[in-house]
Amino acid sequence: MRYIPNADADRQAMLREIGRSSIDELFADIPQSVIDAYRPLNLPPRSELEVFDELTRLANANEAPGRVPLLGGGVYDHYVPRAVHHLTSRSEFYTAYTPYQPEISQGTLTVMFEFQTMISELTGMEIANASMYDGATALAEAVLMAERIRKRGRIAVAANLFSHDRRVVNTYAWAAGIELVDVPFTSAGRSDLARLPEGISALVIQSPNAFGVIEALDGLKARLGDALLIVATYPLALGILEPPGAFGADIVVGEGQCLGLPMGYGGPLLGLFATKKEHLRQLPGRVSGRTVDVDGRLGYTMTAQTREQHIRREKATSNICTNSAHCALTATVYLASIGAGGLRQVALLNLEKAHYLATKIAKLRGYSLVFEGPFFNEFVVRPSDGDADALRERLEAGGFLVESSQAMADLGVPNALRLAVTERRTRAELDRVVDILGGKR
Amino acid sequence: MAYPTAYRYTKEHEWVKIEGNRARVGITDHAQAELGDVVFVELPTVGADVKQGGLLGTVESVKAVSDVYAPVSGKVVEVNRDLEQSPETVNQSPHEAGWIAVIQLADPSETGGLLDAAAYEALIA
Amino acid sequence: MRTIFERGAAEAADGIFPACDVPAKGAAAWLGAGLVRSKPPRIPNTSETTVVRHYTRLCKLNYGVDDGIYPLGSCTMKYNPKVNEDTAALPGFTDAHPGADERYVQGSLELLYELARLLQGIAGLPAVTLQPVAGAHGELTGMFLFRKYFESRGETRRTRILLPDSAHGTNPASAAVAGFSVTEIPSNARGTVDLEALRAQLNDTVAGIMLTVPNTLGIFEENILEVTRAVHEAGGLCYFDGANLNSFIGRARPGDMGADVFHFNLHKTLSTPHGGGGPGAGAVAVSKPLVDFLPVPRVVKRRDRFALDWDCPKSIGSVHSFFGNVLVAIKAYTYVLQLGDEGLRAVSDNAVLNANYLQERLKRTYVLPYDRLCKHEFVLTSEGLAKGVTTLDVAKRLIDYGIHPPTVYFPLIVHEALMIEPTETESRETLDRFAEILERIAAEAREHPELLHDAPTRAPVRRLDQTTAARNPVFTFPFEAHPA
Repeated sequence: MRYIPNADADRQAMLREIGRSSIDELFADIPQSVIDAYRPLNLPPRSELEVFDELTRLANANEAPGRVPLLGGGVYDHYVPRAVHHLTSRSEFYTAYTPYQPEISQGTLTVMFEFQTMISELTGMEIANASMYDGATALAEAVLMAERIRKRGRIAVAANLFSHDRRVVNTYAWAAGIELVDVPFTSAGRSDLARLPEGISALVIQSPNAFGVIEALDGLKARLGDALLIVATYPLALGILEPPGAFGADIVVGEGQCLGLPMGYGGPLLGLFATKKEHLRQLPGRVSGRTVDVDGRLGYTMTAQTREQHIRREKATSNICTNSAHCALTATVYLASIGAGGLRQVALLNLEKAHYLATKIAKLRGYSLVFEGPFFNEFVVRPSDGDADALRERLEAGGFLVESSQAMADLGVPNALRLAVTERRTRAELDRVVDILGGKR
Repeated sequence: MAYPTAYRYTKEHEWVKIEGNRARVGITDHAQAELGDVVFVELPTVGADVKQGGLLGTVESVKAVSDVYAPVSGKVVEVNRDLEQSPETVNQSPHEAGWIAVIQLADPSETGGLLDAAAYEALIA
Repeated sequence: MRTIFERGAAEAADGIFPACDVPAKGAAAWLGAGLVRSKPPRIPNTSETTVVRHYTRLCKLNYGVDDGIYPLGSCTMKYNPKVNEDTAALPGFTDAHPGADERYVQGSLELLYELARLLQGIAGLPAVTLQPVAGAHGELTGMFLFRKYFESRGETRRTRILLPDSAHGTNPASAAVAGFSVTEIPSNARGTVDLEALRAQLNDTVAGIMLTVPNTLGIFEENILEVTRAVHEAGGLCYFDGANLNSFIGRARPGDMGADVFHFNLHKTLSTPHGGGGPGAGAVAVSKPLVDFLPVPRVVKRRDRFALDWDCPKSIGSVHSFFGNVLVAIKAYTYVLQLGDEGLRAVSDNAVLNANYLQERLKRTYVLPYDRLCKHEFVLTSEGLAKGVTTLDVAKRLIDYGIHPPTVYFPLIVHEALMIEPTETESRETLDRFAEILERIAAEAREHPELLHDAPTRAPVRRLDQTTAARNPVFTFPFEAHPA
């Protein structure tokens, strides 16, 4: 096995050196009954060539990549400049551990610092951490953090959250004994903020939300009293959207897959977590801070670690240890590659193309957009007298990938499809969608 | 550093200075030395009621967190806001400028159970 | 260290995205002015040359497994095979959207199903979820499973989790996030769980115990069967932290030791890289009574097709957006397929041999507080090395010799701890060289302690001022001090 450099002769010499006669002797402390109970997997070793071919077979068994995705809902088909992958594939980055020894980890620590800065800039917040697992767990941790700060036992949650985010929040809140109160949505697809529940630690709102609709955050913070405002967002959209920080959000979280990560069947993803400086002590996760070395040179180190599990144990702000560091590196290099200008351009491409398709569909007889609120790059369509899943079948027969109508039905919107349009969709593709809907194909 | 004989001490390394019906509280020189450079002090809220032995605040160094317990019961009437900007004062002047809070005594007899300077010095010797 | 914010802010960065091929109206026209960004984020527009040189320069300031031995105890920093990176980067895998219908992602589903099946075999437990994405996330999932199990039985009095005092910090933190309180169990003089102290705590308020096997001293709990039996007899469940699986993989199974929940760290034992802190993957295996509570959706096989099963009414719910870190799972699967039974056993054989070989040699120079057979790692102390010399000094001096230091100051029950885990992927020659350097450092500690106090002097930066970093936190680039 070439991942194990020692040969039999080495092993024999090493055993002699330590006064043992066999390797089995080194396992004498494991109860014999446990050793005897062991059953092999019946898995013969295979060569790299055979394994690579087997993995290629599996990859080819995925038909999805050969189709044109109109899928969104938190994970999107965005283009990644090729230089990003070249840089993130440097093994100095990907084979390093968590930067516990800062003197030989300045690469990772500087990138963490750049990432925190970029996420703060994007979201309009004062500080950001070095990442969470994904957008859903970041949101769940935001809920726990708000509850630690306000301690009222109740959190209001917009009912138009992505289902996967809501499922994870439900799990964490159940264990923490936090009551979640739904905030319904209006015919515009926006949260109905007219009557907010009383006695809440925080309000959770997503913008753009599960319908692709951008929420009205202006003035919301003032109406919450001292309850915290938690906003889950789509960072790529912030290339053109006013960021949640500008509306006074206390915690901003998001799914960072759109910032240069592959869809990868949903993982690894990148949880973003930003907040105000005043809540630093309650922030979950790692942060890199700027400091100087003994010679006065600038450098970076993990800091504010007394919040974390390895020091504060059961009183830590979170149990998180391993995060999504390499995904954060990818997002940093992606954002550095496209710059603020490229981010604005790509966000605009998403907006324009999505509106092109939506406008054309709305003009077709027999279809309507379910919500009238402003949207970014996805929207919900309903066939007025047909079956949404039959429509989906037609689009899939035409080579597209569309989500099941169950996704919208789960949110209380029956017989409707959510369509997402990114910068990768061409006008020809969008026209083909319109033709299929219009019965021309 | 000398331990003022006018102060009283706890086994958890807090000191108390009785000022009439109030008690000024901090952590001892021994405690700050064990912790190392103090980087953050979490102060109690003014007006909060604390019980003897209950949590009063925390003092943090880079790699450790130490709870500060209330040596006496009563209402917190004053906290040392200077520590928010200059936590290092706890290291530099643990028994004077580095005080953490002042508690209005609920039961002055509680101080009888505290250690005097000699007993405390024997404890940490 | 210059940041990207100090490089080429006004360079040409265009040409990545095409011009808009549909009639464009602009953001304000579609959205109304109130929703449109009023101030652009301060992310510089930088040419590709500048970006590539900046991040290439930064990566060279790091130390990775490809640079040399990385003996971080508890972290299993083994070599990460290159083929793993390439299989996980196959477009068939990377370009699959999680919302795609099952029929279009049969390859990914088959892989997840098959990997779970292999992990069941390795753990000796009947079911596995791949949803948790890190070790601590696996622990939390396990604690959620404990909660749900006792809730379903109406045993809501069971709110306590027992933990040895040598446990990783994530254990108590995960138990707390799941709503449990924790009680520490002291270790005995042999470094293992004190059975009497454990029995004294067991009653109907205990939900279970979290154990690391072997423990963080690298010592196998000889009484593991007595420990798990005692907990089970008291009506509790047993959680096994799998951080140290590298020491018995292919030889023994947690399921045969009494584990109810066992988490894998695919990014330790199964060779997927750490990425500078993540992403990992924390698959969780469970015993029969817990299967119904596993997270949704579950990957199942129906005749010859693979599918997602959402119909799990007793489930704890979801712990991740989708199906866990699928691309990480692909790397682990690639690794296990290559190794096979023979290779898995060779991993633990060599990991344990390497650790015992190093332990025997280094205990002549450093104090070994628990002097006995170790598994894949062992813990030394720098105490008594030389007056005024700390473990931190030893660690920093290793950097000067071009070696990544071991884990330091953990476990907490050993003062001035140096926790060394060589892994099976290091050669005897590398181990000898590592030992030689540690011996030389011990001599320097006595003869030239300033070399240790001043170290490192050959790294990109010297010791950093941690106090200033914590007292005056600067987490974002100070733009105001660097006008554009």
